[in-house]
Amino acid sequence: MSDKKDITLTINGRDHNVSVDPRWTLADVIRDHCGQTGTHLGCEHGICGACTVLVDDAPVRSCLMFGVQADSKKIRTVEGLAKGEEYHPLQKAFMENHALQCGYCTPGFLMLATGILEAQPDISDDELNDVLSSNLCRCTGYANIVKAVRAARDEMKAAS
Amino acid sequence: MKPAAFEYHAPTTVDEAVTLLAEHAPNDGRILAGGQSLVPTMAFRLARPTHLIDINNVADLDKLVIEDGALCIGATVRHAQFHTPACDGVLGHLLTDVVSNIAHYPIRQRGTFCGSVAHSDPASEWCMVSATLDATMVAQSASGERLIPAAEFFETVMTTTLNEDELLREVRIPLLSDDTLYGFQEFNRRAGDFAISMTLVTYRLEGGKITDPHIGVGGAEDRPRRIAEAEAALAGQVPGDDAFRAAADAAAAAIDPMEDHATNAQYRRDLTATLVRRALENAAS
Ligand SMILES: Cc1cc2nc3c(=O)[nH]c(=O)nc-3n(C[C@H](O)[C@H](O)[C@H](O)COP(=O)(O)OP(=O)(O)OC[C@H]3O[C@@H](n4cnc5c(N)ncnc54)[C@H](O)[C@@H]3O)c2cc1C
Ligand code: FES
Ligand code: FES
Repeated sequence: MSDKKDITLTINGRDHNVSVDPRWTLADVIRDHCGQTGTHLGCEHGICGACTVLVDDAPVRSCLMFGVQADSKKIRTVEGLAKGEEYHPLQKAFMENHALQCGYCTPGFLMLATGILEAQPDISDDELNDVLSSNLCRCTGYANIVKAVRAARDEMKAAS
Repeated sequence: MKPAAFEYHAPTTVDEAVTLLAEHAPNDGRILAGGQSLVPTMAFRLARPTHLIDINNVADLDKLVIEDGALCIGATVRHAQFHTPACDGVLGHLLTDVVSNIAHYPIRQRGTFCGSVAHSDPASEWCMVSATLDATMVAQSASGERLIPAAEFFETVMTTTLNEDELLREVRIPLLSDDTLYGFQEFNRRAGDFAISMTLVTYRLEGGKITDPHIGVGGAEDRPRRIAEAEAALAGQVPGDDAFRAAADAAAAAIDPMEDHATNAQYRRDLTATLVRRALENAAS
């Protein structure tokens, strides 16, 4: 058996000291060992994007990284989006535009969209379509997700 | 869908990494780069490496510089680093045009150029670019360095001439002159999927005639390669529909297409002809 490694994961600004088996994916460590179950797992092999989190501000598939690789990196998950009672503009836009039904894919889409809108606040509709094609949703048919992210982009731009 | 247990190593120097690789490769010890191909394979338990040598913390492998007329791409350079041109001139633009076809944005944040080349999926865009543009692979082992031309690197599906104890330390792609014209085309059924066929073409004009044509095809055969018959059909011709169709037909005739449950050989041949013709048209326009 492989030895456990002691690591520190900084999730949404809070340090979690955990002892991890190297084979545990970042998604499993976040969910099972740091108790942050907002990040979902769909396929566990890189196809669906439900597990998307931000690692050092870049959206990545947390099922395709090992937890041990995220030692001392800055991780952001869906739990970190709202400021207290105040929802993030993307969360509001998802509610207002009916961009979720069962909600399983939503944390992944929210983190994907957060990452891209922070990196490219002026992203065009076409580029946004391409980025949003990264993740799968079995319910909405995507149109409302696209609408919501465009609305949040415009709102976040106006606010900045 | 959980990877099997393995020992994790996180070297910080190339020497340390290749020493670990020499020690563990005989027992299925492997390099972990972006993990975007290896981790899914491990999740399916199609791979059960006993040791992973994570190169993400190795200093010096993130180099992305021009040296001796070539763009040198180190082993931890990510796909996303080509979202904007990695160098001035035609090559930088070409790589930026190609990269948006590789997987999806989040996968491009982690996946590496060299990891794609080492993994050698027949439908990898970077493998086809390396083959078409005559890249040189720099293989590093504990016993030294070896240069492998692209034409001698890709053997068959996910098989290269890299030895198990060798790290693909960098890939060097020769710069393209300012008058180089290029076109890239690929086809898949869904954005971000692996291509059913794809092509990259480059050429220059001298006195209105095509010179130094490179026509690479990927995804259609078991490995990407330049198609000499198609290049011969193009060399010395005046660019235009006749020459482009002749080269496209020559490419389709020369390849030995793979077949799978959804795609037969004739389909891949026809598709390849269309893609080569369109890429040549793009290059000319
Ligand atoms: C949903 C999805 C869609 C994708 N679509 C595409 C696509 O359209 N086109 C495409 O090209 N790719 C695609 N990929 C694969 C992706 O581009 C990978 O990043 C790439 O194939 C492997 O690079 P990596 O750095 O992630 O390597 P890893 O997954 O870390 O490694 C892959 C293999 O190469 C070996 N290796 C890696 N680096 C080195 C090195 N420097 N020296 C020696 N051996 C090494 C590893 O040991 C392993 O066997 C897709 C992946 C996913 C999950
Ligand atoms: S669970 Fe990670 S991509 Fe599906
Ligand atoms: S809302 Fe159900 S999968 Fe997207």
